[in-house]
Amino acid sequence: MKKDLLSISDLTREDIYLILDTAEAMREVGERPIKKVPTLRGKTIVNLFYEPSTRTRTSFEIAEKRLSADTLNIAVATSSVLKGETLVDTALNIEAMAPDMIVLRHASSGAGHLLSRICKSRIINAGDGMHEHPTQALLDAFTIREHKKRLDGLKVAIVGDLLHSRVLRSNALLLTTLGADVWVSGPATLVPIGIERLGVRATTSVDVAIDGADVVMMLRIQHERMQGAFFPSVREYFQTFGMTRERLARAKADVIIMHPGPMNRGVEIASDVADGPYSVILEQVANGVAVRMAVLYLLAGEPEEALN
Amino acid sequence: MSVLMDADRIGRTLTRIAHEILERNRGVDELALVGIRTRGVPFAKRLARAIRDINGHEVPTGSLDITLYRDDLMRHAVGPQPVIRRTEIPFSIDDRRILLVDDVLYTGRTIRAALDALIDFGRPKAIQLVVLVDRGHRELPIKADYVGKNVPTSLSQSVQVHLTETDGRDEVEIRES
Repeated sequence: MKKDLLSISDLTREDIYLILDTAEAMREVGERPIKKVPTLRGKTIVNLFYEPSTRTRTSFEIAEKRLSADTLNIAVATSSVLKGETLVDTALNIEAMAPDMIVLRHASSGAGHLLSRICKSRIINAGDGMHEHPTQALLDAFTIREHKKRLDGLKVAIVGDLLHSRVLRSNALLLTTLGADVWVSGPATLVPIGIERLGVRATTSVDVAIDGADVVMMLRIQHERMQGAFFPSVREYFQTFGMTRERLARAKADVIIMHPGPMNRGVEIASDVADGPYSVILEQVANGVAVRMAVLYLLAGEPEEALN
Repeated sequence: MSVLMDADRIGRTLTRIAHEILERNRGVDELALVGIRTRGVPFAKRLARAIRDINGHEVPTGSLDITLYRDDLMRHAVGPQPVIRRTEIPFSIDDRRILLVDDVLYTGRTIRAALDALIDFGRPKAIQLVVLVDRGHRELPIKADYVGKNVPTSLSQSVQVHLTETDGRDEVEIRES
């Protein structure tokens, strides 16, 4: 594995399977009476979050604590960033206190790459703007593999706001690397030009995308990143692209429904689908901890001294 | 390279250890076997079968991966992290006598890690250590309760245990490394 995890493209196929297999072992730690192992004792991990986050930040923090790392959270709302400090200056100051890893969430694409160039600490991208969210794609793959026992040859439909979605980009890279057949669908205004270069097939018909799908992944309509009028109304969006039980009938009988959260019920997904029997949305959250433990452990990367 | 134990010898040693375990522990009900990955696991399963063959009692058996407890994990920034495999202990270890099983006892560091790992699962009544080969050179104050074979070795030698389940044949060999 490379020094940092900034993009799924940093990982080989073998790296991805190693992370998923390690996560299987890590999950067992969370089922013990004492949910903690001493593996990262003495390591300091800074969670630097420039965007609001509940799931990802909590998930990373629980993963870090289960591995016995010392963790601290910097939420921008209470930091010197409000006094005008730049990302680079904040990072250099944190770096001066010698943490081992920095988990970064930032609204600008490529923020992790910038820190990677100036920091010795290992950088984990926890979502950078519209670029990538690699640990989300890894936990999605873990969840899919658990249900389908494989990833290659599966039809995966990803539906919604493709333009602003870092979850889409990471998932498309990961799933195509592992041999899945990935279809994407969304309003033409929210389909970025050149999306085929991610190795996916694009259609504006959600019914075509989910026809015979093994997995349907819904993406959130990201109101906070939308400055223009991308579709006429939320109501129309739901009617054309929202995932309803009727629409889902086109997918395979054992389809699983995924959503990276937070959900907009009645916008991209109907409540009865979100809470229904095909939904694995809360499993995704549970698996996130195990997958992040695996990433932290593998990136802490060190020795092979024999201990017989 | 020379062969220390062949398949026949390993088989008889296993049966002997099973008898010793039963001799030392009255009340089989409290017993459970925990094998340390990799080769402690098939070894523990064979001991469970040997005990069943003697008195018909099924001793619950689990497997332990000690990687997360190793004391050498974060020592140097070179090379990839060791692969972690599953720990499966499908019973409560509270108030049981745990037979911790490994193939080779050497520095004792693996056993130290295994003891720490086990304690995180509960509070056993006792932990006893079973090894197929004790090759000496302890770096920690650890001693086995049941030993298949004591083998004096030099530090330049390595002891390899091969078991059918993991390596396709039963054999213990010693070689100059």
